[in-house]
Amino acid sequence: MSDIAERVKKIVVEHLGVEEGKVTDTASFIDDLGADSLDTVELVMAFEEEFGIEIPDDAAEKILTVKDAIDFISSKQG
Amino acid sequence: MFDLTGKTALVTGASGGIGAAIARTLHQAGATVALSGTKVEALEALAAELGSRAVVVPANLSDPEAVEALAKDAEAKLGQVDILVNNAGLTRDGLILRMKDEDWASVIDVNLTAAFRLSRALVKGMMKRRWGRIIGITSIVGVTGNPGQVNYAASKAGMIGMTKALAAEVASRNITANCVAPGFIATAMTDVLPDAQKEKLTAGVPAGRLGTPDEIASAVLYLASTEAGYVTGQTLHVNGGMAMI
Repeated sequence: MSDIAERVKKIVVEHLGVEEGKVTDTASFIDDLGADSLDTVELVMAFEEEFGIEIPDDAAEKILTVKDAIDFISSKQG
Repeated sequence: MFDLTGKTALVTGASGGIGAAIARTLHQAGATVALSGTKVEALEALAAELGSRAVVVPANLSDPEAVEALAKDAEAKLGQVDILVNNAGLTRDGLILRMKDEDWASVIDVNLTAAFRLSRALVKGMMKRRWGRIIGITSIVGVTGNPGQVNYAASKAGMIGMTKALAAEVASRNITANCVAPGFIATAMTDVLPDAQKEKLTAGVPAGRLGTPDEIASAVLYLASTEAGYVTGQTLHVNGGMAMI
């Protein structure tokens, strides 16, 4: 697992208080991990802080799963 | 009851009559307070009077960058901000026919936009900690209107609407947002009025007198308390019955 994926998953686990095993690549924040709309905004802000990047609103709207987040951050850091 | 020991509070406009009373009351209840305003000497005098658990964080709220800096400054000096009291406000009165754009803009900037910016900056930490209180000092005229104050009334009504929307957004995070709406309050501003004018002011107040800054501060203390955790999106009118809404 890449470093970015590990850090993303750690944030999700901490933030949503879910078991690590549930945070799979395809897991949807809202449908599978029980996040509400405010949680998703908080997650995006946590990603921005952790990786020192800016995630614009239109990009944030498309980050629905763990993999979406990893891919977006990887593209910014690549 | 209403014990704020261990909590931190940022009060804007703390050099004014009502702001200073709010800061004193929250401090007395055990909170550590950050005093903001533009009159540094008055803020320092108040901090000295309070002794421990008081810091000074001067800021000019009409400057957007200064507002962002104030949020950071307060968080740095207090460690975190649990209670935000958006009290700072100014008036630029005049009939609409004669009101200049800058009189409109400066009142909206300080009374409403600065409150929005501070709330935005500080709600983040409150959400992380799952506890917060955002209290806006609005005014009776934000609900009733008042000739000569289209700008002020708009800013105060705006604060009430903003507070309701904010309250709905963050309620699930154990954060409440409320307003306190003073009526006529005895401050340095009203002290200088001639007796005849004071009589005229109080004639419309069933309680038959002006309110005191401490009576506003007590309402703020209640809303800041843990006991008021189920009260959100509300406006608490403290006006001696002048308007019953």
